Amino acid sequence: MAEAAKIASSLLPTGHQRINQLEMVGIVKRFPGVLAADKIDFNVKAGEIHALLGENGAGKSTLMKMLYGLYHPDEGQIRINGVKTIIRSPQDAIQRGIGMIHQHFMLVPSLTVAENIALGMKSSRGLRLDLDVVSRRVLELSEIYNLKVDPGLPIWQLAVGEQQRVEILRALYKGAALLILDEPTAVLTPQEVDGLFRILKQLADDGHGLVFISHKLHEVLEISHRVTVLRDGRRVNSIPTSEATRPKLAEMMVGRPVLLEYEKNPPDPREQRLALEGVSALSNRGTVGLDGVSLSLRGGEIVGVAGVSGNGQQELAQCISGLRQVTAGSVEVDGIDVTNAHPSKLHAIGLSYIPEERMIDGVIKEFSVAENYVLQDHAHPKFTTARIFMLFHKIREACRQAIDAFEIKTPSTETLVKSLSGGNIQKLVLARELSRDPGVLIAAQPTRGVDIGATEYIHQRLLQERDKGTAILLISEDLDEIRALSDRIAVMYEGQIVGEVENKDVDIEQLGLLMTGGG
Amino acid sequence: MGLDDIFTASVFASAIRLATPYIFAALGETFAQRSGVLNLGVDGIMLMGAFTGFYAVFSAQQAGAMSEPVSLVFGVLVALIIGALMGLAMAFVSVTLKAKQGISGIGVYLFGLGLSELLFQQWVGTPKSVSGFPRLNFPVLTDLPVLGEILFHHNLLVYVAFALVPISAYVLNNTTFGLMIRAVGQNPEAADAMGVNVTRVRYATTTIGGMLAGLAGASLSIALINLFQQNLTAGQGFIAVALVYFGGWRPWAVAAGALLFSFVNALQLQIKVIGADIPSEFAVMAPYVITIIALVFAAKRQEQPTALTRPYERGE
Repeated sequence: MAEAAKIASSLLPTGHQRINQLEMVGIVKRFPGVLAADKIDFNVKAGEIHALLGENGAGKSTLMKMLYGLYHPDEGQIRINGVKTIIRSPQDAIQRGIGMIHQHFMLVPSLTVAENIALGMKSSRGLRLDLDVVSRRVLELSEIYNLKVDPGLPIWQLAVGEQQRVEILRALYKGAALLILDEPTAVLTPQEVDGLFRILKQLADDGHGLVFISHKLHEVLEISHRVTVLRDGRRVNSIPTSEATRPKLAEMMVGRPVLLEYEKNPPDPREQRLALEGVSALSNRGTVGLDGVSLSLRGGEIVGVAGVSGNGQQELAQCISGLRQVTAGSVEVDGIDVTNAHPSKLHAIGLSYIPEERMIDGVIKEFSVAENYVLQDHAHPKFTTARIFMLFHKIREACRQAIDAFEIKTPSTETLVKSLSGGNIQKLVLARELSRDPGVLIAAQPTRGVDIGATEYIHQRLLQERDKGTAILLISEDLDEIRALSDRIAVMYEGQIVGEVENKDVDIEQLGLLMTGGG
Repeated sequence: MGLDDIFTASVFASAIRLATPYIFAALGETFAQRSGVLNLGVDGIMLMGAFTGFYAVFSAQQAGAMSEPVSLVFGVLVALIIGALMGLAMAFVSVTLKAKQGISGIGVYLFGLGLSELLFQQWVGTPKSVSGFPRLNFPVLTDLPVLGEILFHHNLLVYVAFALVPISAYVLNNTTFGLMIRAVGQNPEAADAMGVNVTRVRYATTTIGGMLAGLAGASLSIALINLFQQNLTAGQGFIAVALVYFGGWRPWAVAAGALLFSFVNALQLQIKVIGADIPSEFAVMAPYVITIIALVFAAKRQEQPTALTRPYERGE
């Protein structure tokens, strides 16, 4: 492996130093109204995978963005190999051998792999692009690290896992000795995660330092050598991974013991509530989004829909909730045909929907908590006089009860939703959708971007609803969530349901295989 | 009256001449839009370029301070500088201050429209003409039958405009600067993370766009029409913006669109000249109607800058 590293460094466009030790000391970063980093110490050594663990908003990304020159610390020092260093910009970071793989890939979809890698670099031909030279080097590097890509393909034609390989290749190409990976597994299938972990281990063996940002405990335990846990902008502790356990890490993250496994009552399925028969629909791009999906859902059960992002899950949720045109097939709720029915009709017959993009489809972020709480029911007789004049005191009262019942942390009912945290906004959406006591609940990515504490709460509420007899369709890209809650699991691939299994009979490898169409 | 009377060599020649300001302005706008800046103020910048270029030539020729060719070069330089300044102003408002580009562009347009008119009234008064760029004569080529008139008997700026088409395509597709422009227009976050200075690239393209719009104006006032009057461009800058969409942000297609539009325009002029029995209002509308129809059918393309009109802000 050391040999490979030598070959790799001889291919690099400029000589880069090796980073034996990188330290961040007493880092403070303030944003208006928020202390995002409060005297954080952090260090990473060559050959080490150091996991940075914490909830959303704990300061992980902020800390690493300072290392990558996107933000600048208000206080504290960064030292590379013991030398105090100021990193002014990403360019600066790249030159010092720091590379970052962002959570949302920093690739330009319309450009080719080679163009994306050449972007921001000096060309060997001055002003003219040298894409052939870049492509050759990319192929050489991809040979060494087993990262297969075709430099001539545009990014939009690549699968997510391939795009990530391009990101890693690009960082290596630019001479990264230290790689920061921001939630790199969030968008990958289990098989792709395995592939990524092999690459990361190889890179560490080669003497690269790696920072692995995550909030998934089992991944951290599997891949890292050391773990640093952040909470509310402070460092809780740094420990060797060998001394860490899941409950211990979870408690460090949240600040209190957390339930990681749920007690589930045995399933008690009742009458059929939702039935899809051969439903097809187009995607936003006009291609086939849903292709003949049939699915049935009974009261008192949770059916999980698993799959890699973009395989029709979004279209499925939208078709059921009346937000996307169904081109073939039928949707029935409680025996009533609601194919292409208006969302208001669906609300009326007891269908609730927790949308995937809560900030876009779930709330109006410039509206107050109370206003968002009555978005659908604002004309309901209990909140109005003659269905026209809104009775704000009643709305506030109902909203206050929901705030208490769902433990929503908000200063008041009049606070604007945009100033709440992701977890609290999601609890508000959940409170609103459950307030109407739905017969069918479609929950799309109900805990994405939500902290562990709120996730735990939302999961418990969903299980309670199930036990009450609600039929719940849980659409999620988080397999752990699907496994934890579902009674049955349907797997989507390229707009079709390619497998439907009982949760208790299936293991994660089988699911992963189905998710990539290899069932 | 037959088709021979309509499709004459002079119609083709005038189509090429009429296309010149569109090509300058639309190529400049292509650069700006490819980087994510929609500059709707092109027409205003064209007017300022047209007036200042004209006024520079007019005063120089009146005073007899310069020879005619030198005065014309001077006029072009003035138009380029004024265009650059207005492009910079647009960049400052929309890139640095992150104003809504649609609105700031309209502001730049109204500013150019009003100021060019005011200065014209104050300094010139009534429309006066200058001796502009003369038509060139090439040995042998100009004397060719038909082709000579169509291709080889135009003023210098016509050839400059057409030469800029391959140059623009090359810059956008084959240079590091072009790659940065495309990246910034598609995904400024990614470009920023790769060490590209998004602000600087957008300033550069908007300024280039302004310079070319200024030149487009000057090509009217000191090469094609050789005079200035109020609202000389009559909305040509807006057509240029539409042509950028029509051409799918690709220089060759943008230029082809400019030629098509100008050809229809030349045709309707010819039809008027030979006195065809078509209400002139319809003839005048034809190029615009055709542009709108073409825009409707121009498919959304991969090159569309997804970050168009979106100011870039670093942050969470």
